[in-house]
Amino acid sequence: MPLVRIPTVLRKHTDGAAKVEADGATVGEVFDQLVARHPGLGDDLFADGQVRGFINVYVDDEDIRYVSGLDTPVEDDTEVAIMPAVAGGAELPSVGR
Amino acid sequence: MRFGDISQAIGNTPLVGLPRLSPDGYTLYLKLEGENPTGSVKDRVAKYLIEQAERYGQLQPGQRVLEPTSGNTGIGLAALCKVKGYPLTCVMPENTSEERTQLLTMFGVDIVFSPANEGSNGSVRLAQQFAADDPTVFMPFQYGNPANALAHYETTGPEIIADLPDVAAFVAGLGTGGSVTGVGKRLKAWNPHVRIFAAEPEYGDLVYGLRNLDEGYVPEVLDQEVLDSRIKVDSLKALTWTRRLAEEEGIFAGVSTGASLEVAARVCKRLPEGSDVVAMSPDGGWKYLSTGAYAPGNVEEIATSISGTLWA
Repeated sequence: MPLVRIPTVLRKHTDGAAKVEADGATVGEVFDQLVARHPGLGDDLFADGQVRGFINVYVDDEDIRYVSGLDTPVEDDTEVAIMPAVAGGAELPSVGR
Repeated sequence: MRFGDISQAIGNTPLVGLPRLSPDGYTLYLKLEGENPTGSVKDRVAKYLIEQAERYGQLQPGQRVLEPTSGNTGIGLAALCKVKGYPLTCVMPENTSEERTQLLTMFGVDIVFSPANEGSNGSVRLAQQFAADDPTVFMPFQYGNPANALAHYETTGPEIIADLPDVAAFVAGLGTGGSVTGVGKRLKAWNPHVRIFAAEPEYGDLVYGLRNLDEGYVPEVLDQEVLDSRIKVDSLKALTWTRRLAEEEGIFAGVSTGASLEVAARVCKRLPEGSDVVAMSPDGGWKYLSTGAYAPGNVEEIATSISGTLWA
């Protein structure tokens, strides 16, 4: 079953789980099952049936906007990652040394 | 090459082949932007931000420049403002590395610290507030200033075309979006079949953890239409490629260079055999030594330790 990576801010909807399995042949189907099991995710992920603008969704590291959007096909071992958009720049705070 | 002063010595960087790292049947080239005067691609951007403002009368002699940055743009602006006689204020998070504070201070920059826990978004907010309160300052604002992408459209792009007219694809990291947008538009104007890929840094939970999804940010400079795809690269892959670049090709680059190389190697199989692919190396590795990215040891452990820092 495809594995969906949940960002920290959305884990309140998945009982803290960072990775959740959900079935489907496309990203859209996977998300439908995901939202059916964790209803709180729906409003945070979608607005007007589309993935919200500041959320990026990747299938095997590739942004689905450049594949086939929610129709992007997924396979059993596909990783679907949901990530918040982060502004770039070249800041390098000394964290995690 | 002889120049009157540092502001004229920007650009015309080497485009270097990577015969040992290129996938079979393809050739990867790296545009070494670390060869710019202050050591990064941002010298090009700083020059355009300042000189476009001069040209359009947004910046008067001696006027103060204000920009939220503690990174390469700040350093590039600092050198340029010094020789052009503009006082510069940089707004940056208070947990910025000591190296950067020292470098900016040496260039005579006035530093204002924003709260560490607000990250770069906090610096942007504070700088915007200062600019609103004090109309005498000029804020170039690289995230929203078309001069950022224009620098690449007018300089980086043409240099690549001159050196490698058959370029099939270009890869650069996604920060402000200036490189992919400017170079991408120029290369596509030259040859509409050129493919443009963005390498997006993927950090650890530590970086994303505190972000509210509503506070996301898509820089105005980025034109998502010019991209053929956008591929995320985690710290381990970026670091692995960065270290291989030093070990196998003798090039010491910053970690974001490794991210672009990972994408460049990955997209080769989408291109006809024999294609030449250019990746951008925004800077050398010098400013990242203190992160431990190049230290001896287990690469996976090092990648985990740097995944909490913004390495691109």
